[in-house]
Amino acid sequence: MDNNIKEAVHKRGLEALSLLVVVVLWQLVADLLVKNKLFLPSFVDVVLSFFKVIESGAIYADISVSLLHFGIGLFFALIIGIPIGILMGWFKTVNRIFDPIIEIIRPIPPLAWIPFAIIWFGLTHQSAGFVVFIGAVFPVIINTYTGFKNVSIIYVEAAKVLGCTRDLPLIRYVALPSALPSIAAGIRIAMGVGWMCLVAAEMFGVSTNGLGYKIWWHYYLHQMDFVLVYMLLLGFLGLVIDRAFRHYVDDRLLKWREGVVM
Amino acid sequence: MGRLTVTNVSRTFGKKGSASTKALDNVSLEIKNEEFVCFIGPSGCGKTTLLRIIAGLDLPTSGEILLDGIQITVPDPKRGMVFQEYSLFPWRTVIDNVAFGPQMQGIKKKESLKIAEKYLELVGLEQFKNSFPYELSGGMRQRVAIARALATEPQVLLMDEPFGALDAQTRNTLQYELLEIWGKKNVTIMFVTHSMDEAVFLADRIVVMSARPGKIRDIINVDLPRPRDRTAPESNELRNHVLKLLAEERDK
Repeated sequence: MDNNIKEAVHKRGLEALSLLVVVVLWQLVADLLVKNKLFLPSFVDVVLSFFKVIESGAIYADISVSLLHFGIGLFFALIIGIPIGILMGWFKTVNRIFDPIIEIIRPIPPLAWIPFAIIWFGLTHQSAGFVVFIGAVFPVIINTYTGFKNVSIIYVEAAKVLGCTRDLPLIRYVALPSALPSIAAGIRIAMGVGWMCLVAAEMFGVSTNGLGYKIWWHYYLHQMDFVLVYMLLLGFLGLVIDRAFRHYVDDRLLKWREGVVM
Repeated sequence: MGRLTVTNVSRTFGKKGSASTKALDNVSLEIKNEEFVCFIGPSGCGKTTLLRIIAGLDLPTSGEILLDGIQITVPDPKRGMVFQEYSLFPWRTVIDNVAFGPQMQGIKKKESLKIAEKYLELVGLEQFKNSFPYELSGGMRQRVAIARALATEPQVLLMDEPFGALDAQTRNTLQYELLEIWGKKNVTIMFVTHSMDEAVFLADRIVVMSARPGKIRDIINVDLPRPRDRTAPESNELRNHVLKLLAEERDK
């Protein structure tokens, strides 16, 4: 028992200490220096507000609506981005056709699409999903493309000699598994960008719930402690999604790789 | 059957207009069924190019290659290949790597795995069937590569310096094992190597090639009985002979 505690302290001690120090400093600065809840709500304020949010049940609706927006955007980013990336990476002609279009559209910040999102989809979940989609689709396309470009010729030739000579089986059995680490990395980036777009996407009132929406709602009411609650929620949820994805991919799909550093 | 007829094969690399390299110049050769032929020569003599053309991975600029009278133009599992680098699919387990060829020929997964198991036994790696390639040593990986190439029942096995990256001990063991497999499987083997020792130990015939342009310099019959003694006087004599030929090539 004692040893277990010792080991835990040894393993995670510094990390825990670091967090603890930040929380204490935050509380002290808020209480003794700033003394203004509008400028800097204290840690305790935020925790109390957090419980209020849970009590009212708002948090569940907010999280599910945000996950819906995020899910719509990511889903379409994947089912559109991965095939485009595959075709671009495998067929030179397709690359030449798509590349100029993508290079022109890609630098446009996702948030610049908000007016069109509203015109096209109205104030709907799809509209917010569209903004997430714009943010997420390009990392997916580019990483899939790069993964396919970097498929080692030796694997393709080995497959050909073994009787796998047509494009479709070569893509399915050789290029896709070989490009999977790159595609997975692209999806991770896409999830990060998509998550960031969420706040802005929900800003323009597509629904009366959502983590991003609530940040603005509470800001208008000058409830900065609630603003911080939702900020931290966005951060934590983003972290959980990223970790869960990484865990799944490393354990299930990429266990063939030696010493994965991701 | 695995009788190869190479007739006037030339291969020129380089784009039109710019200076081109003649990798193979008018190479003709007849390889008998179930023969073990080693190709040796300085770098750039086109040994690998010839092997790739026979595999169907490259096309000759002129000339033709027939396998049992049928012209070779595209890759086909009738001609198995073992590459110099590690060419196992790292995302597949050992057994799935070996089962890949049979599966591509339309054999059901279960049946393919059975075939793969048989070939893993042949190379002595059945206990590693569920490992991933990164978990294996270099010698084991090339053993799996040989099993994979054999799993499609090829008539010709093309080997491009398959033991080049291995240490001397492992290399000797694998050479010995390869001869055993060759005895059991009745395939024609074309084996590219840099090593005199390897060629003299393995081959029925040694094809000595010259560089730029790649031509056949000499073909040496190795009439020594197997298993061969690497240090026997006859082996040494042969090695000296090949060495001399190669030295002449280098000095040219």
